[in-house]
Amino acid sequence: MFKKILIANRGEIACRVIKTARRMGIATVAVYSDADARAPFVKMADEAVHIGPSAASESYLVPEKIIAACKQTGAEAVHPGYGFLSERTSFAEALAKEGIEFIGPPVNAIAAMGDKIESKKLALEAGVNVVPGFVGEIDDTEHAVRISEEIGYPVMMKASAGGGGKGMRLAYNEQDVREGFEATKREGLNSFGDDRVFIEKFILNPRHIEIQILGDKHGNILYLNERECSIQRRHQKVVEEAPSPFVTPKMRKAMGEQCVALAAAVGYHSAGTVELIVSGADPSGESFYFLEMNTRLQVEHPVTEAITGIDLVEQMIRVAAGEKLAMAQDDIGIDGWAIENRVYAEDPYRGFLPSTGRLVHYEPPVEPWADDGAANGRRGVEGIRVDDGVFEGGEVSMFYDPMIAKLVTWGETRDEAANLQVQALDAFRIEGLGHNVDFLSAIMQHPRFRSGELTTGFIAEEYPDGFEGAATSDHLKRALAAIVGVIATANADRAQRIDQRLNGRTAPPGDWVVTLDGRDYAVSLEEEGVTVDGVQIELEMEYTPGDVMIDVDVEDPSGGAGQSDALTIQLAPTRSGYTITTRGAKHALRILPAHIAHLAGHMIEKIPPDLSKFLICPMPGLLMKLHVEEGEEVQPGQPLATVEAMKMENILRAEKAGVVAKINAAQGESLAVDAVILELE
Amino acid sequence: MSANIAEMERRREAARMGGGQKRIDAQHAKGKLTARERIDVLLDEGSFEELDMFVEHDCADFGMADQKIPGDGVVTGSGTINGRLVYVFSQDFTVFGGSLSKRHAEKICKVLENAMKVGAPVIGMNDSGGARIQEGVASLGGYADVFQRNVLASGVVPQISLIMGPCAGGAVYSPAMTDFIFMVKDSSYMFVTGPDVVKTVTNEVVTQEELGGAVTHTTKTSVADLAFENDIETLLATRNFFDYLPLSNREQVPERPTDDPFDREEPSLDTLIPDNANQPYDMHEVLRKVLDEGEFFEIQPAHAGNILCGFGRIEGRTVGVVANQPMVLAGCLDINSSKKAARFVRFCDAFDIPILTFVDVPGFLPGTSQEHNGIIKHGAKLLFAYAEATVPKITVITRKAYGGAYDVMASKHLRGDLNYAWPTAEIAVMGAKGAVEIIFRGKTPEEIAERTKEYEDRFANPFVAASRGYIDNVIYPHSTRRRIAMGLRKLRGKVLENPWKKHDNIPL
Repeated sequence: MFKKILIANRGEIACRVIKTARRMGIATVAVYSDADARAPFVKMADEAVHIGPSAASESYLVPEKIIAACKQTGAEAVHPGYGFLSERTSFAEALAKEGIEFIGPPVNAIAAMGDKIESKKLALEAGVNVVPGFVGEIDDTEHAVRISEEIGYPVMMKASAGGGGKGMRLAYNEQDVREGFEATKREGLNSFGDDRVFIEKFILNPRHIEIQILGDKHGNILYLNERECSIQRRHQKVVEEAPSPFVTPKMRKAMGEQCVALAAAVGYHSAGTVELIVSGADPSGESFYFLEMNTRLQVEHPVTEAITGIDLVEQMIRVAAGEKLAMAQDDIGIDGWAIENRVYAEDPYRGFLPSTGRLVHYEPPVEPWADDGAANGRRGVEGIRVDDGVFEGGEVSMFYDPMIAKLVTWGETRDEAANLQVQALDAFRIEGLGHNVDFLSAIMQHPRFRSGELTTGFIAEEYPDGFEGAATSDHLKRALAAIVGVIATANADRAQRIDQRLNGRTAPPGDWVVTLDGRDYAVSLEEEGVTVDGVQIELEMEYTPGDVMIDVDVEDPSGGAGQSDALTIQLAPTRSGYTITTRGAKHALRILPAHIAHLAGHMIEKIPPDLSKFLICPMPGLLMKLHVEEGEEVQPGQPLATVEAMKMENILRAEKAGVVAKINAAQGESLAVDAVILELE
Repeated sequence: MSANIAEMERRREAARMGGGQKRIDAQHAKGKLTARERIDVLLDEGSFEELDMFVEHDCADFGMADQKIPGDGVVTGSGTINGRLVYVFSQDFTVFGGSLSKRHAEKICKVLENAMKVGAPVIGMNDSGGARIQEGVASLGGYADVFQRNVLASGVVPQISLIMGPCAGGAVYSPAMTDFIFMVKDSSYMFVTGPDVVKTVTNEVVTQEELGGAVTHTTKTSVADLAFENDIETLLATRNFFDYLPLSNREQVPERPTDDPFDREEPSLDTLIPDNANQPYDMHEVLRKVLDEGEFFEIQPAHAGNILCGFGRIEGRTVGVVANQPMVLAGCLDINSSKKAARFVRFCDAFDIPILTFVDVPGFLPGTSQEHNGIIKHGAKLLFAYAEATVPKITVITRKAYGGAYDVMASKHLRGDLNYAWPTAEIAVMGAKGAVEIIFRGKTPEEIAERTKEYEDRFANPFVAASRGYIDNVIYPHSTRRRIAMGLRKLRGKVLENPWKKHDNIPL
């Protein structure tokens, strides 16, 4: 076994690899850029080598620097993590030349799978399903019909040169092909000057399911079950789980064996993942097709670890050191269910715009990297595992991936794992930048997610108009009213413990009126407990003035048969009440003592100013370009300005038609969030 | 006996109805509470004891003899906020439009005199159309009587003005004389002459809101300290605010129990200061992490954002906080920020509230607009205020403390009691680059760069100042709260007096 390894990566994955290495008694070396000088993984490693400026292209992506760091520290092997150099053949080759072991697959496998066309060919040869289609010249409609019938309906007819949805036609039967083929050709010709058309199988209700492969250098290759990663936003995975609610044992075996065959065909060893597209519309489970193979550790590997009990990083290290796998296919079981949510620094309330900056507060629900005592913390603490690489007071930098943490939960059942996610997300405190915790919680509670009816279109279909917080039951609203009553009473009580009082201490008010979403709740605190509109609600909570995170057990007899909830709420005071964030939504609650509450009716509801005539900078960034001039007429959706943030160019568009009345910012200016760029009239 | 009681009840009831139901409804329709409702929201339930309920005006001109309403347009008295004594007056717009008669003024004066006598703050709720014109000069005299008492009370008891309706003409000068002014958005305004007169005299067309609304006065003019959405928000915030204030200049700051440990460490402050000296950070984070329970009651947040002023607590006891804000104009001192902070420092000193100062200041803002508008005199106000203050003064330099601005910001030389610096502090005459460009004028850019490095190594740290004793200690940022809490405990017995004088002559 190696005595010392180097991790050629950063952030959470570097921490994750270091942790396993440490448990195995292997010394670790971190490499870091300027931006990461204070990062946890640097502190966690036994040694750390600075490898240059913040930009990855000048640090983490420079093989020479990694190799020099290996030589300097005497590291015998390199774990590449994911991304960066993990799938670069030249890096693996360069390491080999220096006699440093690459903790990953053989070079030829990386090369073969790195090529889209080559990999598909290999898959076909290895007997793996690929999406059926016809790539050659199609003579005429009759030919198109014949091809379509061979493939099986529905099929997609696409103009070869097409794109952006143009020149695409879906055909569910022969008639559709007859009617549409010529039209597709014409569209191709008119739009792209190319009338070639190809036909391929259209995957209905597509699901993204992938198989984890693990092999050694002695020809043993296993599949470690599947993961489902259908919940994606713009091809970025958001939620992953193992096993998949769609996969049957028979289907798992079929998929697993095909993927093992593919891995064997390229002499694979180490961990790898074969990504498949699966039609959720075919209950037989036979409609799964090869997409690509990732020759590295995946971000979402913890869910596989949680259900199989196998530490994938440990296996990768052992395999690299030449050990034989200590298990056989029959040893691979499925124990329970695991779900991973990716906590990103992007703001779902603002169209998922990236949001970098300082983590003013950061408290994960459990200690990251904590062990449950079962060998390696694959399931974290009581089923909650946090893999992160950040800290309170640290920065989510614009230079790298905006992932803050991976939250993995494990339960006996899928519902249990999902419930645990909801609880853990409640208890995740992140302040200082926008994040997607509420959005993740909303997905975890979503009835369609719970039903397991997933497709890769889930987010687009369920949140077509963006995200405004998870749906909140009346039961929960009542509970929040009760909670805020307890909090306000505690604060009023403390306020009366000030010195210099004229009289002795008096009892704090016990009767309140709480307003939430336009509805008033009469909340009373009595000896026996809290009542809301006369109904007693059992609350168990401890609150001390100043607390931000509060655990509450609620039992509300009117919420169904003894329905009880364990909530964690995040509290922020406002001018006339509190904001409570819990269960994937923020709630603004007003609370007034009952004796003055009736006066609130006289207050005029201020209509927030119509901001649609302002173009507001949604994130801090650089104004790259103004697309319009003062006096210009604009149409809805027309680009008005481009703002660069996190090296991403974001085009800001007009929400409604109008005339540009005033431009308030100049090209090249650095803008703060909510800065008014221009005004329309 | 019962007839007498019935008569008292009848008269009380008449007084409580003010200008009658119709006018009360009209007041409500404008989104405004009545004078008595405001008192109900402001004070502890049932604590209000009214004075002068049966006072009536003595005007006989213009048919006024027939129009008498008990109370005469202002409700006065005393009560408690979280148990502590406060005197209040609340103008009743339903009675003669809240206009100020001689008797009305006398009621206010009585409240002010009582408050001064016993040492309790005064909160005035202004909602008045102006002078009682029927009374003529008697009304004017009434205003001046109030002004005189405002001035005498200044520095004796805290005075807070809530502008909750019109406040125009001479009426503005009573609130102007008080310590803090809070306004209600859209329903209150203050100006010396209204839009009609402005139009006649200068031909400018302006709305009431633009001329003297809550937004104008809290952003542009700084006449008012805070703006709120409506009456209830204003009154509830005033309750919170009141809990920070000492009752008078004879009392200590109030103490309210807290469970926040005095030695709470905040490791994240160790990484707050960015590596790049030109990169801003939010000073609010320091304040929230140092003060009890993260609570900071900010004054004038919408005006001169380059300096933060407000109240917080350490170990339950009120402190006044002044801090440069690097997020706005790099935290420099200019006319507005100097005036804002100077007035705040003087309030704290007048009422024995210890002052915490957090410093990250690159200097004074250059420019003709600053120089020609008198930055010398206005900047001097802050310097003067800090220098004369005898309350406990603790200063923490987080980053830059350059030039004259270093001296101003509660430096050791201005009798700072404890002057701490974070290791990231740079105490120097100016930034390294600027300094080198003067010392080595005409040298090549390479040489300048090299010398800049040399200058930085020499001066861009707190140790040169510490070696002279200008800095008492260089501390870990994470220990700031503990240091301040311990410092304040030790300074409770501080005795320091300025030489006797009639009063000083601050550069106004």
